[in-house]
Amino acid sequence: MADREERRFAEVSRESVRLMAEGAGVELGDDVAALLAEDVCYRLREATQSSSQFMRHAKRRKLTVEDFNRALRWSNVEAICGYGAQDALPFRSVKEGELFFVEDRDVNLVELALATNIPKGCAETMVRVNVSYLDGKGNLEPQGTVPTAVQSLSDDLLKYYQQITRAILGEDPHLMKVALLDLQSNSKIAALLPYFVYVISGVKSVSHDLEQLNRLMHMVKSLVQNPYLYLGSYVRSLVSSVMYCILEPLAASINPLNDHWTLRDYAALLLSHIFWTHGDLVSGLYHQIVLSLQKVLSDPVRPLCSHYGAVVGLHALGWKAVERVLFPHLPAYWANLQAVLDDYSVSNAQVKADGHKVYGAILVAVERLLKMKALSLSQSAEGHSGAHPGSVVGAASYRVNSPGLSPPPEPLSEAALGIASHLQVGGAGCHWEEWTPVPLPAMYCELYSFFGDSLAVRFSTGPGFGTHSPCTPSQLSNSRKEPPGPASNLDTTRKMPQLTANLNISPRQDGSPRTDPPPPTTRGAPIYLSGLSREVFPKARFTSPQTTPPAFSFLIGGRQMGQRCQGRRPFQTMFATTPPVSAVPPRTYAHKLPVIGRVGKPVRRWTCSHYSLHLPL
Amino acid sequence: DTSLAKQKTDIKTEPSTDGFGNNNANDGRVLSASPGSGSSTGSNKQTAAVTPEDQQTLLAVLQFLKKNKLIESVEILRREAGLPENSLDPKATESAGAGSGGAAAVAEDQPDVRVVLSAYSQQGDPTLYEVYYSDLKKFIETVLDCHRAELSQVFYPLFVHMYLELVYNNHESEAKAFFEKFSGDQECYYEEDLRVLSGLTKKEHMRGNETLLDFRTSKFVLRISRDSYQLLKRHLQERQNNQIWNIIQEHLYIDIFDGMPRSKSQIDAMSGSLAGEAKREANKTKVYYGLLKEPEIELPLDDEDEEAENEEGKPKKKKPKKDSMGSKSKKQDPNAPSQNRIPLPELKDSDKLDKIMYMKEATKRIRLGSDNLPSVCFYTFLNAYQGLTAVDFTDDSSLIAGGFADSTVRVWSVTPKKLRKVKSAADLNLIDKESDDVLERIMDEKTASESKIMYGHSGPVYGISFSPDRNYLLSSSEDGTVRLWSLLTFTCLVAYKGHNYPVWDTQFSPYGYYFVSGGHDRVARLWATDHYQPLRIFSGHLADITCTRFHPNSNYVATGSSDRTIRVWDVLSGNCVRIFTGHKGPIHSLAFSPNGKFLASGATDGRVLLWDIGHGLMMGELKGHTDTIYSLRFSRDGEILASGSMDNTVRLWDVMKAFDDLETDDFTAATGHIHLQDNSQELLLGTYTTKSTPVIHLHFTRRNLLLAAGAFNP
Repeated sequence: MADREERRFAEVSRESVRLMAEGAGVELGDDVAALLAEDVCYRLREATQSSSQFMRHAKRRKLTVEDFNRALRWSNVEAICGYGAQDALPFRSVKEGELFFVEDRDVNLVELALATNIPKGCAETMVRVNVSYLDGKGNLEPQGTVPTAVQSLSDDLLKYYQQITRAILGEDPHLMKVALLDLQSNSKIAALLPYFVYVISGVKSVSHDLEQLNRLMHMVKSLVQNPYLYLGSYVRSLVSSVMYCILEPLAASINPLNDHWTLRDYAALLLSHIFWTHGDLVSGLYHQIVLSLQKVLSDPVRPLCSHYGAVVGLHALGWKAVERVLFPHLPAYWANLQAVLDDYSVSNAQVKADGHKVYGAILVAVERLLKMKALSLSQSAEGHSGAHPGSVVGAASYRVNSPGLSPPPEPLSEAALGIASHLQVGGAGCHWEEWTPVPLPAMYCELYSFFGDSLAVRFSTGPGFGTHSPCTPSQLSNSRKEPPGPASNLDTTRKMPQLTANLNISPRQDGSPRTDPPPPTTRGAPIYLSGLSREVFPKARFTSPQTTPPAFSFLIGGRQMGQRCQGRRPFQTMFATTPPVSAVPPRTYAHKLPVIGRVGKPVRRWTCSHYSLHLPL
Repeated sequence: DTSLAKQKTDIKTEPSTDGFGNNNANDGRVLSASPGSGSSTGSNKQTAAVTPEDQQTLLAVLQFLKKNKLIESVEILRREAGLPENSLDPKATESAGAGSGGAAAVAEDQPDVRVVLSAYSQQGDPTLYEVYYSDLKKFIETVLDCHRAELSQVFYPLFVHMYLELVYNNHESEAKAFFEKFSGDQECYYEEDLRVLSGLTKKEHMRGNETLLDFRTSKFVLRISRDSYQLLKRHLQERQNNQIWNIIQEHLYIDIFDGMPRSKSQIDAMSGSLAGEAKREANKTKVYYGLLKEPEIELPLDDEDEEAENEEGKPKKKKPKKDSMGSKSKKQDPNAPSQNRIPLPELKDSDKLDKIMYMKEATKRIRLGSDNLPSVCFYTFLNAYQGLTAVDFTDDSSLIAGGFADSTVRVWSVTPKKLRKVKSAADLNLIDKESDDVLERIMDEKTASESKIMYGHSGPVYGISFSPDRNYLLSSSEDGTVRLWSLLTFTCLVAYKGHNYPVWDTQFSPYGYYFVSGGHDRVARLWATDHYQPLRIFSGHLADITCTRFHPNSNYVATGSSDRTIRVWDVLSGNCVRIFTGHKGPIHSLAFSPNGKFLASGATDGRVLLWDIGHGLMMGELKGHTDTIYSLRFSRDGEILASGSMDNTVRLWDVMKAFDDLETDDFTAATGHIHLQDNSQELLLGTYTTKSTPVIHLHFTRRNLLLAAGAFNP
């Protein structure tokens, strides 16, 4: 009998029952244990059966602990807590004792409670609609092929297709504009989507023709922005075309006169746009993009323009991508870049120019990373998010604020040391304590070790942001204008008070020539600062800044053009002294801000925290 | 030593078979058997006084003799058994009470004897159960083919009752052996029940199991032709197989019909429910399945719109539409209930506007058919990690609501028009109440959003339903309540308490105001939104009510249950007017056809069954799905049935063809036995797969576009 039962059900043996009774301090006779065991089995089965009802009504296939608990609750039995996790529970055995148990690791509640990297939780539940089957005929082919419903194009559609492609790829700029506009708003071209996608995938064949590439990218933009189109799996194809323009050493880029940088910038913007608007259509798209960008970045054989593309691509994907890919990779990459930049031979001039582009792009990316990080931290720490509406992503340049509030920088010559010492001293101060422990200081130190003052200046003043021309006069005038400016300035002041204060300390300590610490009113500081930085740069050895015309109409390009020549400076002068310095601060912080380490590999639930690339945002 | 008792039982149970008209045969049998019984009484005497059971029997026999005025025999027996004279009455009743148990509570006309005797017989030699059963089995295997299928129906209920009796009488090992030996013979669709049974090995277990209690107290209904029945009966009496006869008498209801015995497939089509098939008379009540007359709507508004359309150059549409509308509303359906059979709420102006919208949309409706299939739009719930448990669309497809396992109810706007709340009371005071657009003005633009979340339940939300006027939303939950939400303020208005157990489903009447709910407590309730207590309680199902649907004319309610039956209830009287059996698993979806004539049902067995409500007949069986069917919906003109399932597919069925094919042969109406063709493949018009998304709701828009919804399960 028992055999039969065992085949059909899990059985609780009388030995188990007796053991459990012993555990509860009761001695059971054999017969009692047997009776109890049988009853326990029956009750278990009963509960399982009624719990399956909850499963069925929840329209699931998997019976959950929650279902079982509901069944228990309804039959007036106490529910069993602690097994509600979605993941499978590891079931272990101890060989010696024939003991089986569910592994139950300790959870450090203190850590959990003080954690700052509170998981955002899952994305919001939403409803998305798509036409799955048209007139009962559907897309049964694997993804990427032309749906049957579309195969037979009407004459009108065919004509439209020809006209549009001709207009876009043709000579007449006005016509192109009209065509793109129509492509962006026409609601009846769903059937043509695969054809357009195919045309766009022709980027590889026109890599010598910047103009054509630009037009194709505009075509992508129009398609992406068309609210009536459901891109579906075509997103993948579009992304690969865009990535081509970002990353590939295009034939057009052989000629230095060709401004392929703009194309890359534009394509990067487009990439981020596609990702933010249609990223949910293809699962894992983000990871794929990030991975391929990372691959390019870590491939030293690739030309610098590819690296540039990778950096702007990461930048476009948002500061988290920068944090997770670019930042960890920076030390390794830096050596290569430095070699290029330090080579003053004439033959290297062109490469060096490219190197500066990359340098500038990296600088822009890490600056935004620092700012966004500081911002997010200060928001979460101080909880005054109300003053800063707007999304973290696109609006970065507008939120990371006006020059008037920026803290004064240390003198250039002592920059690295100044930061370090100030970190040590200031770290104990209340300012840093107020910060929720973050790796920001460590990150800042490291970045500072690379970029030196150019970073400090940018970080603290950030004058170029939001202004049209990044040149000194405008900076000055801007900073003058700022103080009486709107209240938003005050908010921004509050946003980064700690850094400001800390930075203030350093000059004094170092006995720098400018012993007057910037007044607490941040008003005077920027002026002073900008004056200073103007002073400093002319002094620099580097006399022939790349005078690429600041023709970039895009945010990224424009900014970096203005700052690039300045940014290079400290790097050249300071780099040698950096390593020892940068080594210190993290350690200093390590003991004061115990959480840093943990935040460094932030989210435990993704098991391989080292491969932070795999972390979904 | 049991033959006396058997004999007594035989005598006693005969009268109850009068209804079947079998008396002639019985009388002879009784007489011929009586000599044998006398002799066995003698043998009984020696052991009589020893055990309490035997004493009980003796008491019962004494009482029986006394009742029949056989006074001398009473005296003799009492002397022989050594019983005191006064011990008879009180003890007999006492023992009757003790012996009755759950087994024989039915016999009310002669309680004492019947109870004790049946208790006695149940304590007959437990090892003989196997013999009895296999004897019957042998017999049925040898009868003519045409009877075998019918008589085989007896196996399952007999098996269950014999097993339960063994368990009840604490013959645990015999029960297990019995189960072991014969459980394999049962129809595969009883597997689920057998699994429950096999776990049950103790009397104590039966006590808490309500389903089993129901099984014991309610009669298992079988339909057997007269010929087959006679055959069975004769056999049992020849063999003196009273054990089985008893069970048949007490626990089975045999619905005897004249005519050809049914075939195996016919029987299989109808069986499978927990309590057997429906009695024929259960489906005889007249059901007014016709639609109510549409109210006349004054046309000026309509004309205006039409004129607007005319300007666009579509003058043609006007006339045919008017005609069709006029004819529809004038003709009174003979099968329709009278207009005021159920008091219905009066139409508001907004309802009339909506009706006009509906008619206008209806003119643009695509006529579907086997050669013109609908397009399918899929509404995927993304990031629904908390578990999507219920979905509903409004009739005009402008809103979609989801019930979730985390107790929330969420509403999304499917159109660009966002969801807005009504302004606060203070702000409402400020608006100009005379203005024409006052309905627009009361809305608070600041609250506009695509979706709204409503909190209130304390358990998963299993059922959800929009009111026809889109002002309310109903949700039923595991917490035992049904909640009414306002879609103007997005707050809870009422929590209807009464079920006390999980409420699996709820639905608004197509005319609003009423709604029905059903749940774990095995009753369905009819409510009106302005009453906190139910207006009707529909009870009769033997297990949980899993789904509830209103008939399009609002006069009837259909409920599907885990006892694998569907019942149709009259809202007016509260009576059950139809019982449909045939599903082999809990029923999880129901749908009425738009003309009110047909009902479709889907169950965990992956089959869709079609029913004719008027005749109470099964009309078709649609096989194809491989998992539970959670959603069924007829197209707006009733041509096509869409079914959505856990197996990640939507299937479309040509129901018109199914109905036509069957209506050609009219014999069914008379006998009630249908010959189902296995033509599912012909009727299947299309199978549409989703990407890893179970389909839990389907909806046809007013223009016959099919909307499906489900949560993406990565």
